[in-house]
Amino acid sequence: MTTTTARAKVPATVAPPRGLLWRPKANSGFWSWWTTVDHKKIGILYGGLAMVFFLVAGIEALLIRLQLAGPNGTVLTASQYNTLFTMHGTTMVFLVGMPLATAFGNYLIPLQIGARDVAFPRLNMFGFWVFALGGVFLYSGFFLGGAPNGGWFGYTPLTSTPLTGGALPGHGPDFWAVGLVMLGIGSVTSGLNFVVTILNMRAPGMTLMRMPVFVWMMLVVAFLTVFAMPAVTAALIMVFFDRNFSTNFFVAAAGGDPLLYQHLFWLFGHPEVYILILPGMGIVSETLPVFARKPLFGRSVVIFSGIAIGFLGWGVWAHHMFATGLGPVAQTAFGLSTMLIAIPTGVKIFNWMGTVWGGSVKLNSPMLFSLGFIAMFTIGGLSGVTHSIVPADTQQTDTYYVVAHFHYVLFGGLVFAIFGGFYYWWPKVFGRLLDDRLGKVNFWLMLIGFNLTFFPMHISGLQGQPRRTYTYPADMGWDTMNFIATVGAFVIALSVLVFLINVFKTARNGEVAGADPWDGRTLEWSIPSPAPEYNFAEIPQIHSADDFWHRKYTEDEEGRLVRLPAGGSDDGATHGDGHGIHLPSPSYFPLILALGLPILGYAAVFKLPWLAVPGVIVLLFGVYAWAIEPGTAED
Amino acid sequence: MTHPKKRIAAPVLCAGLAILLAACSNNNQQNSLEPKGPEAQKIDDLFIPILGVAIVIGVLVLGVTVYMAIRFRARPGRPDNPKQVHGHTVLEISWTIIPALILAVVAVPTVATIWDLAERPKGPDVLRVEVTGKQWWWEFQLPKQPLVPQATSAKYNAESPKGLVTTATELHIPVGVKVDVALNSGDMIHSFWVPELSGKKDVMPARTNRLTLEASKPGTFLGACAEYCGLSHADMRFRVIAEPMAKWKAWLAKISGPPAQPYEQGNEIYNLTTNTYKCTNCHIFNDAQAPNYGPNLTHFADRSTFAGGAYETNRKNLLRWVRDAPSMVAMASKDCRYPDTPKTICVGMPSFVKDTPRGEKKMTPEDAAKIVDFLLGEK
Repeated sequence: MTTTTARAKVPATVAPPRGLLWRPKANSGFWSWWTTVDHKKIGILYGGLAMVFFLVAGIEALLIRLQLAGPNGTVLTASQYNTLFTMHGTTMVFLVGMPLATAFGNYLIPLQIGARDVAFPRLNMFGFWVFALGGVFLYSGFFLGGAPNGGWFGYTPLTSTPLTGGALPGHGPDFWAVGLVMLGIGSVTSGLNFVVTILNMRAPGMTLMRMPVFVWMMLVVAFLTVFAMPAVTAALIMVFFDRNFSTNFFVAAAGGDPLLYQHLFWLFGHPEVYILILPGMGIVSETLPVFARKPLFGRSVVIFSGIAIGFLGWGVWAHHMFATGLGPVAQTAFGLSTMLIAIPTGVKIFNWMGTVWGGSVKLNSPMLFSLGFIAMFTIGGLSGVTHSIVPADTQQTDTYYVVAHFHYVLFGGLVFAIFGGFYYWWPKVFGRLLDDRLGKVNFWLMLIGFNLTFFPMHISGLQGQPRRTYTYPADMGWDTMNFIATVGAFVIALSVLVFLINVFKTARNGEVAGADPWDGRTLEWSIPSPAPEYNFAEIPQIHSADDFWHRKYTEDEEGRLVRLPAGGSDDGATHGDGHGIHLPSPSYFPLILALGLPILGYAAVFKLPWLAVPGVIVLLFGVYAWAIEPGTAED
Repeated sequence: MTHPKKRIAAPVLCAGLAILLAACSNNNQQNSLEPKGPEAQKIDDLFIPILGVAIVIGVLVLGVTVYMAIRFRARPGRPDNPKQVHGHTVLEISWTIIPALILAVVAVPTVATIWDLAERPKGPDVLRVEVTGKQWWWEFQLPKQPLVPQATSAKYNAESPKGLVTTATELHIPVGVKVDVALNSGDMIHSFWVPELSGKKDVMPARTNRLTLEASKPGTFLGACAEYCGLSHADMRFRVIAEPMAKWKAWLAKISGPPAQPYEQGNEIYNLTTNTYKCTNCHIFNDAQAPNYGPNLTHFADRSTFAGGAYETNRKNLLRWVRDAPSMVAMASKDCRYPDTPKTICVGMPSFVKDTPRGEKKMTPEDAAKIVDFLLGEK
């Protein structure tokens, strides 16, 4: 039997308790954004805030590039530089990459599986608030005695040495450890929410193999998040305890082991790489078929490759540690497993190319970014394979070659896919198309700027430039590469500026999209734009993968597309007015519960036991009120 | 109309070529692409052909992507109803198996090289060196009487008839001799890297990692710490100087010998460095004492650079350094004359002109000149 559990979740018959607690009523306007539980609004919140952090981390990157534009740079001090590269990495991974994927997942998963919301709407909003407050908490370090400065990877014993040890000035690692534990809570709740939503709330007839590939990739990502976060959370808590309570987990002289931290961190850190890239793979798996007007080539193989990457991703962590002296057995094992993971990745690339091959390719902004993704991600994948050549990796690791590699994967891969996704789904979210001409300018500037920035780093890295160094001497032959990289960084900044102009310009007078501007294949295009609050007036019945496409098209005997007569198999049910659909009411308590966490965080960082008291009170109040608040708002 | 991709292609290609040309024409002595010893050579021999294969595959994929975008682009007159291909089993199996085969071929020499490089050099002709990474400089210890035929055990250094000599920042090695480097950490994780002689190996607290390197020809090879180790990680550099055996032996004999100038209780420089400014809290000026937290300064003037290799050894640099080191390399230290200063917060060298404890003397230029004169006399 297929899963057919999509339903309106909150029974209207629950009687609200008298007087004590009430639910907010506003479903529109400024304050509704603070209490909403609508997955679409939460998706927009995630996306908007993540883009703010994207700009912040981008400015950090520009400062880094200014400092490194020439040898012996004096734009930043060593201490400022160390803080900026730490915050750039931490921000891009935890406050940009993951929340952007969550933004797309939040908005699209229910729409693509034909559901009216996620499984746990309040938990969803809680996840957002934890992300928002966690981000603010991390950045508050800048004003409260030192932002994180131990690297996004935070190796011990550097980060775990007590404050008085002077290894790192300020409270940086405390803010970092506590902040990431907090963000982890948010990520795990959204991961669990996605798993339950995807497994339980698909429209009738939508079997697992009929799910859109984006949803599949998000399912893999959600599982990875749920299982990977605990490893790093344990490591972070140990770091915090070492720093503040002399637990000596990582103190070699006391029988601890600093290398243990690296195993814990990368056991999270490598799945994290796939947590970041798989949503990008999901996005292009949606856009390429639409703009080539062909189904995804080898659809099931693409899905299974994603699953294979999800499993193999757990077996490669030590390739971040080839220089630590693991010994030849471990080096061999992890070198080979790293080569192995290249195979499903390669299969995906070839299948995407097979999708485009022979299609009718529309070279508009979403498609350009998707093709850019294939090209740039391939370069990052290939340089990744050269890391599996363990002896060569001992030359490459901790140099700019690695910086080049993972930016090709995460910027060339994820960011290109995300921008493609912006151009593609913007009309569904906001009802207006982004300007395609500006979109193309955005793409070409980004492609050129990106390659100018990161390609030369392959060379300067192989020529011996170590990473995480605030300056470099003049006579090393790295000057040209670094200068080009700095110029490129500003071209990227320009391309992002063009994107922002596009957003503001089209907000007022952009072309109105209509329900299905791209001739789409998946369910979100079957409903009006922007998506109505209830998503689907009537839950659709699914008969095949790309069901919406098959309502519009069939194939002739040669396999060519034939358009079905308008309204042929479309019963019009999805265009009803949604009257009588009960949706979950907004709630104050996701925000209140989340507010307890940073209060406890500050109590921990500054060792202020009295501050923990209000933190616990807020937390307990949030939990209990969450549990007993009335099921719906009073009418 | 020319297609946008074509218009872009030419400048991008030119830029790419220019970058490659720039890459080939430099001599920075820290270049992993210019191996100068057998270990680095083995890595290079493995990497370059595989890089070649990767470049070919990359160019093919990129080429086909651009080709598809142009060849199959929607345009007036071209039918908009392409054939709906859902997959192709033979193709999909082949593009799974062919990369797997390529990787299998790549794996064989990779694994062989992993085990080859993991082998510790044996025999009487091996120089064993102890390296200690500290925030933010390198300490080197060599046996005063090395390359003794009968001493081949792991405890070679301990059994060295005359013990070890301690130096910093510059490691001299004889050409054509395998050097078995033992890596220790004084504080954080560092990483020992001389790209032209070998790959890098991390320097872990309470654990001894090992690395083999050998220089085929005389020369100076630059090294750097390659693991982020705090504030001045960027300035934690060093150099390996490979010399012909006779020259190297002369060097070793010199730095193993007594200090060039008298340094004993009662003389002025002893008084300045031990009592007035407490330099000896961290440094030693006389090999008779055990090495301490800071670099051994006994034969200081023998080294061409100081401060983790960040500065050339000359009078001007030193005059500034001894008075106010943190203005030259970022440090996190407090004046050792503070009564409550625990050793652990002395990370790097303090300033002797700023934040001086009440009642203590700021370093005068005259005192600095005396100390620098002494240092420059420590041949």
